[in-house]
Amino acid sequence: MQNEVVHVLLADDDEDDRLFFRDAFKEIRIKTVVEIVNDGVELMDYILKPDIELPHVLFLDLNMPRKTGMECLIEIKKIEQLKNIAIAIYSTSASEEDIEDTFVKGANVYIKKPSDFATLRKLLEEVIKMNWQYHTSGLNRDNFLLSL
Amino acid sequence: MKFYIKYDFNIACKRILEEQLEKLELTGFVLGFGEVDIKEAISGEKMKLLIERLGHYGIEIVETHRSILVQKIKDAIIEMVYMEEKLPTSKISSYLAGKLNHSYGYISNLFSEVTYTSIENFIILQKTERAKQLITTGELTFTEIAWQLNYSSVAHFSTQFKNLTGLTPTAFKRIIDKRREVAKLEN
Repeated sequence: MQNEVVHVLLADDDEDDRLFFRDAFKEIRIKTVVEIVNDGVELMDYILKPDIELPHVLFLDLNMPRKTGMECLIEIKKIEQLKNIAIAIYSTSASEEDIEDTFVKGANVYIKKPSDFATLRKLLEEVIKMNWQYHTSGLNRDNFLLSL
Repeated sequence: MKFYIKYDFNIACKRILEEQLEKLELTGFVLGFGEVDIKEAISGEKMKLLIERLGHYGIEIVETHRSILVQKIKDAIIEMVYMEEKLPTSKISSYLAGKLNHSYGYISNLFSEVTYTSIENFIILQKTERAKQLITTGELTFTEIAWQLNYSSVAHFSTQFKNLTGLTPTAFKRIIDKRREVAKLEN
């Protein structure tokens, strides 16, 4: 993993969250390239462009204007070339039911947004590492479920 | 004065390697073909020194051997976890050391350096993946899965599963079952 770069995409409408996210990725030990879009509509426009590098992991905020994270999740899972992107739902709070619902709809990871920066960094690193294990160790992606 | 020398590149290289290993108090064998076998675990610091000193002679440690060994470690673990029978109860560290012909200290250090995770964590990950597979086929109860994967109890199995995935085995099974239902409805 030492020389590999992990491509990460975040869709979040909150400016502070976007900033935290970018900073957190700067501090983790794994080399990442981070792209950011500001809401669900922008996300779908971006991800369907033919000339982009598809992300290894997509971090998706649930509450976004114009198009919610849930709508994006459902759409992405129906598009053949996007189906295999690992999707990490990234949300302020949720009930067990909401969490299970996103998993059933195809999400791989559910992160409750932490309130402090150090925890955020730790959680993001955990997600990237776990995704990497699935990527390199031939694990079954259908069974990739992680709730943090 | 001017004189001419002839030299054997291989002998020179071998002597340099042997001397440098000795200086770092490492028992190593230079096997030829650019392969060096070191018996004990090398700490990150010693490794750095070794790289630096060999670099002085233009000798570079090629990492591929490390990655090959890491792959062998992974394979051995996966093979162990996926054995048809129950997992071996003998200590996993001595099992791996024997299988790979290196001290456990060495392989465990190397593994952590290359993969950013420990052998222990990798084993837990693989056991959990195996458990997920057994859960989704639905042929075994949680008790049977726990027994097969050498957990001391179902509670221990559930706790480790939850620690790693954030979900209980029951919640995991429920999600997979629901996904199947949804997929069925769509087809």
